[in-house]
Amino acid sequence: MSGGILVLEQVTVQAGDFVLSPFSLEIREGECVALMGPSGCGKTTLLETVCGLREGPVGGRVVLDGLEVTNLPPGARGIGLVPQDVVLFPSLTVREQIEFGPKLHGWKPEEIKERVESLARDLGLEGLLSRLPEGLSGGEARRVALGRALALRPQLLCLDEALSGLDEARHDEVLGVIRKMIEREGVTALHVTHSKKEAEAIADRVVVMD
Amino acid sequence: MSDQKIWRVRPEWPFLLFLVFVVAAYLGLLLLLVGANMLTVSWSQASEILKDADIQHSIKLTFVTCTATAILSVLVSVPVGYLLSRYQFRGRALVDTFLDIPILLPPLIVGLSLLILFNRIPPSACCGMLAGGTLIAAIWGAARKGNGIVIRFLVGSAILFGLLSFVFAGSQRSLEGIVSEVGFPMTFHPLGVVLAQFPVAAAFAVRTMRTTFDQISPRYEEVAMTLGCNRGQAFMRVVLPLAGKGIVAAGTMAWARALGEFGPILIFAGATRGRTEVLATSVFLEINIGNLPGAAALSLLMILLAVSTLLIVRCLAGRGGAV
Repeated sequence: MSGGILVLEQVTVQAGDFVLSPFSLEIREGECVALMGPSGCGKTTLLETVCGLREGPVGGRVVLDGLEVTNLPPGARGIGLVPQDVVLFPSLTVREQIEFGPKLHGWKPEEIKERVESLARDLGLEGLLSRLPEGLSGGEARRVALGRALALRPQLLCLDEALSGLDEARHDEVLGVIRKMIEREGVTALHVTHSKKEAEAIADRVVVMD
Repeated sequence: MSDQKIWRVRPEWPFLLFLVFVVAAYLGLLLLLVGANMLTVSWSQASEILKDADIQHSIKLTFVTCTATAILSVLVSVPVGYLLSRYQFRGRALVDTFLDIPILLPPLIVGLSLLILFNRIPPSACCGMLAGGTLIAAIWGAARKGNGIVIRFLVGSAILFGLLSFVFAGSQRSLEGIVSEVGFPMTFHPLGVVLAQFPVAAAFAVRTMRTTFDQISPRYEEVAMTLGCNRGQAFMRVVLPLAGKGIVAAGTMAWARALGEFGPILIFAGATRGRTEVLATSVFLEINIGNLPGAAALSLLMILLAVSTLLIVRCLAGRGGAV
């Protein structure tokens, strides 16, 4: 599955007392857009709405590759997510993390093996496949989370401040890996970040929320 | 800067001494309580009482009933704890408060309520009460625009209980009569011991499981759901393995709580030697027949069991599990 066009039409979200004003955005196929804005402006809320992790928006539509996904469950949307706190499943090895989605979707064992090995090669995880998350460094954990999110060949990759908390060297390294993988997989990407430098380095276009 | 005087700070030792005094006084009291039992019984007396056939039956029944109660408590506390931890719904505070009732009530009342429920209230009235309760919950939920599926479930349950109420109408049998007929007698029966231990033990297990799930980030389920899981699959595949230590802790807590249960067992299951007698009631019976050393020996056995189970919980919590 290659990247799809993401269209947000006048999306408004209510999360407790917070209300996101109508927001529209169109991301072209294979494009990487960085979403910036001050803390509390609703970047993560919007990302979660796109992923289907909140109740449907109060108003507006979320359309992915021509299909309205506004009220679809998260797993039916064809979206990969790398959350801010990475959240690798503690009891699963790196291989099992990447296999998680394909196994759930009933891929054939040989397809799964091929996909895992291909992603491990591209992400530099070949030597870590039998390791548990506990022993991984911050950079390695990010790469595993990226592999897990890309394993199902999603149309849209959502990254929620996926590089926060990394030191400068690891930050730049993982940034390069993300950029490379977005291009290699041809996936459309929505990257939420606070850092202008990071946004400019990774994205084809920067959108600022206020 | 070098001319600046060092600020004067009052010494710390009075506060430290106060803390040590309070801790020592409290621990001293607990040690004296254990010591009092130890000084009341000799090795030979302890050995003699532990060899008694009725006491051995009591020990076996204690282990069996506490284990059954712990398993039941875990089976109930896992879904209840998860629901309270993850779902925001109208009336959650009410449900939360209601679940604490067994902890707050005097234990005797739990036993008395069970005795009345099983022996004095006709099944039609039980079903009628449940029908009324679920109907009120459904109406309240609908008025507050709650989840449609839940409201439909509540209405369906209310209809079912209402129909059962009509089915049982006119029957003179008690609830005890019905459960006895199908082979599960409760009142003054070993099974009743489990039912008497269950409400309070389960309430403690629910608290433990809720804390466990609160400590597990909902992000795990969210990521699993983007990968194709529904809420149930995410719970089974991701959350449950993470909650393993919490489940063991909830079970251990329920086991320890069931071990110490006395009032409800005495009222509902009785304290018949060789039949419904468990360790807590054994202590009571030994006191009643004036065998103080025997009661002290059994108290020491219960203290040992309680300390061992609490140590297991502490060890699990100390290893950083979601407990």
